[in-house]
Amino acid sequence: MRRTAAALAATVVGLWLILTFKSTPTTPVAISGSTGTTAGPAGVTTVPAAGPPPPDGTPTTTPATTGTRTLTGDVVSNQYGDVQVAVVLNGTKIVDVKALQMPFDRARSQDISTQAAPLLHDEVIQAQSAQIQTIGGATYTSDSYAQSLQSALDKAHG
Amino acid sequence: MANHHRVELVMGTAISIDVRDEVSGDALDEVVAWFHHVDETFSTYRPDSPVSRLGRGEIDLAACDPDVQWVLSRGDEVRRATGGAFDMFASGVLDPSGLVKGWSVEVASAMLAERGSANHCINAGGDIRLRGEPQPGQPWHAGICHPLVPGRLTVIVAGRDLAVATSGTAERGHHVIDPRSGRPASALASVTVVGPELTLTDCYATAALALGLDGPEWLEGLDDHDAYVIDAGGHAWWTEGFGRHCPTVATMARPALLQRR
Repeated sequence: MRRTAAALAATVVGLWLILTFKSTPTTPVAISGSTGTTAGPAGVTTVPAAGPPPPDGTPTTTPATTGTRTLTGDVVSNQYGDVQVAVVLNGTKIVDVKALQMPFDRARSQDISTQAAPLLHDEVIQAQSAQIQTIGGATYTSDSYAQSLQSALDKAHG
Repeated sequence: MANHHRVELVMGTAISIDVRDEVSGDALDEVVAWFHHVDETFSTYRPDSPVSRLGRGEIDLAACDPDVQWVLSRGDEVRRATGGAFDMFASGVLDPSGLVKGWSVEVASAMLAERGSANHCINAGGDIRLRGEPQPGQPWHAGICHPLVPGRLTVIVAGRDLAVATSGTAERGHHVIDPRSGRPASALASVTVVGPELTLTDCYATAALALGLDGPEWLEGLDDHDAYVIDAGGHAWWTEGFGRHCPTVATMARPALLQRR
């Protein structure tokens, strides 16, 4: 159950990144189950986008069919862990942003999970998350996210 | 429904502008330019910004942009209305950031409304102004991150014309000071306030965080605003009216007031 919850959490983060930063959202994005999400045996969760992230600081350009290219941002650390994003550009226009790494503090979350009124029902969130358009709170994550995104964009001009 | 979506890195954060109406591209450009203007005027990280110069006493308030005068005057009103819990001078130097972010988003939302957008969502680093609907017949839904468990949501707020602001001790590089002790407030991990517009809603979230364990009772006494609070130990509490904005707690029994543990 915990493992499921961890995988779901990572999916929700991924969903947020898609919903909040996708340049052309249309209909609500369906949750893609555990696609692109791996929960390790001890519940360690990582959020790879499409394969392992390249070495830190290496500008990577992935040619694609429609003239898009993917640039990987720096790893930006905050108190909860590392944030790294990749940006997909078509010319100079951002068409997608992918989360390569997001923080997930297993030890701390397990401690919190044993508290009296901690996380709201995962089932409820699972049922409704396909309808979530935006995410509040968590400045620590969005700041790190912005920094990593900026570094990816800098590479586009560099 | 038409879609225009823009993400702009400005004011030290990422601002997402999600418009679900047909508006001209100029409307989004205007809003983006507005945020850059606010950044240049109010940033405390830019030594040459008018607010930095004002804080150092190099210029008089009378010489400042009318927006600066308005923000300082409004900040003073909010300080009095919150019994000093919201104070732009809490850290010892002028820092209007706690009011400027919410206010600038509120102004941006009004700009979009004037340009014919009745349906949009602006999210500035986790503080949100919602108008209208993302799709016909459906309210906007905002997931609120759990302050102690990165990557997980704690609650979902739904609304058609609503401001949602969260203030937390985890905010990077930004300690909220309890003006009564002069020390960082640490009893609450996060306070999410919902209200009719973002300027005051954001200030109330900051004020309640500063008040610590006295915050919840103070929040319960506010008109037109409701709140969801998580203390440093991960215990949740919410105001009586919060369920109106939150399908996830509407059917739950409300926990007792938070206590020192």
